[in-house]
Amino acid sequence: MIFPYLIHILILIGIYLILAVSLNLSLGYAGLLSLGHVALFGIGAYTSALLNINGVPFVFSFLLAGLLAGFFGFLLAFATGKLKGDYYALASLGFAFVVYSLLLNLTEITRGPLGIPGISKPQIFGWAIKDNFSYLIFLALVCFVSIFLINKIVNSGFGKLLGAMRDDETGLRILGKDTKKLKYKTMFVSGFFAGISGSLFAHYIGFIDPNTFYISELVLILTIVILGGIASLKGSITATFVVIVLSELMRFLPLPSAIIGPGRQIVYAIVLIIILMFRPRGLLGRIDLE
Amino acid sequence: MKIKNISKSFGGIKALDSCNIEIKKKKINAIIGPNGSGKTTLFNIISGLIKPDKGEIIFQGHDILKLEDFERAKLGISRTFQEVRLFKNLTAKDHIDISLSENYESVLKSVIKKKRSNRKKIKRILKTVDLDKKLGSYVSDLSYGQRKLLDLAIVMAKKHSILLLDEPVAGVNPKLREKIKEILRELREKGETIVLIEHDMNFVMEIAEFIYVLDYGKVIAAGRPKEIQKNKKVLEVYLGG
Ligand SMILES: Nc1ncnc2c1ncn2[C@@H]1O[C@H](COP(=O)(O)OP(=O)(O)OP(=O)(O)O)[C@@H](O)[C@H]1O
Ligand SMILES: [Mg+2]
Repeated sequence: MIFPYLIHILILIGIYLILAVSLNLSLGYAGLLSLGHVALFGIGAYTSALLNINGVPFVFSFLLAGLLAGFFGFLLAFATGKLKGDYYALASLGFAFVVYSLLLNLTEITRGPLGIPGISKPQIFGWAIKDNFSYLIFLALVCFVSIFLINKIVNSGFGKLLGAMRDDETGLRILGKDTKKLKYKTMFVSGFFAGISGSLFAHYIGFIDPNTFYISELVLILTIVILGGIASLKGSITATFVVIVLSELMRFLPLPSAIIGPGRQIVYAIVLIIILMFRPRGLLGRIDLE
Repeated sequence: MKIKNISKSFGGIKALDSCNIEIKKKKINAIIGPNGSGKTTLFNIISGLIKPDKGEIIFQGHDILKLEDFERAKLGISRTFQEVRLFKNLTAKDHIDISLSENYESVLKSVIKKKRSNRKKIKRILKTVDLDKKLGSYVSDLSYGQRKLLDLAIVMAKKHSILLLDEPVAGVNPKLREKIKEILRELREKGETIVLIEHDMNFVMEIAEFIYVLDYGKVIAAGRPKEIQKNKKVLEVYLGG
């Protein structure tokens, strides 16, 4: 009994790992207060789900989920190019609301609040992933590759430019770097990984509805990134384990389930406030949140 | 570089008033003037941080006022700021690295590129400003003088054809002042074009080959150090005439 449950938790952790690490790329490394991440996650999930129920093979639905979410990340950065800091945060939060209400109201395509059921488990060329254990193996692989690539990027020269942009955007432009393009590229990559994480979520659960891509989800991944530490991949990885396991443990509290949901949100909020007050660099970060 | 008829007002204050300046190539040019005479504003306009109300600036055949700030920098304009402006989460080495490299804006190129390739160049540049022992230091671990030097190293490392230095020796000790003078002379020997803003008159007279004097945003005198020293208007401004 415990074993399948453990696998389930590990799968959730894997999905949120990719989501958190991709958010840390834009939020942490590049300093973009990007609150639209949950919408990119949703765009990936819906893209993959809709393609899947229309018979498109997993490999394509998975990649297209990433590409489309990446494209929307780029669009968001492009449309808000002139906005800085808090204004960018507001605009990207607005984007998250718009995507949520589209998912809810474009009923012809998304079936609105009814959601999309019957998303099948992946079949990768010959390899049919039927049980959760195989799914975990596959997910671990995608996780490894994703984190490996993002780690490469943040430690490259491009990553150094992102760090410099976070510290002083004008200063970097004066050195001849086109910071707008840096943002577009960052948001594309960040969106891509959010998108594939959405795809992995949809194919695992088999059913998605708009509520999974609402602000409450944003609070969860923000909590992970901030708890782990801005611009620290190790931090995000550690914090994903901590937060997902904690939120699963709350399930076992002797409370009615109507309270557990909001209860989690309160716990995340408390964790966020404690971090902001006492340890703005998070568990493993080197950089203070400002 | 030709600066033609540049004017800029902030509210009621005329920071620059029909300013005409021609920067002499391969020489050390200096811009002097009392506090608030518009020197930094001129640098801000050249580098693209603020837009002038009128006028034009010709550099390498381009009217650079039409370009964005980073495009002007790519074209070869390198500048420092009066208040040293560094990236607090980057090491000294990384400051030079990002200034030197022109591939980092591409994700692919910068991921594929080997890390070691820039190392020697970075070390050599940091050595010219005596910071080769500080490769891994963050800005917070550097003294004020070392920050001034790192700032200088950054603009030297960046590909450039003109250096705009806003008060490079302000607040530094006499020993460092000599060091910076030496660095600037060496750059001049190599044929670089330098424009510096400076309050330290002795420093300017020792090192500059051509001087522009600003007062209330107007160029009131231009010439060699000897001529400037004797200029009546300049004496009035500086001695409170
Ligand atoms: N961004 C700005 N907004 C409003 N006023 C400004 C701005 N920048 C400069 N000024 C004003 O324009 C005038 C010229 O300032 P500027 O900084 O160019 O002088 P400066 O010659 O560099 O002086 P200093 O020797 O003190 O550095 C000053 O009166 C200043 O207050
Ligand atoms: Mg000034």
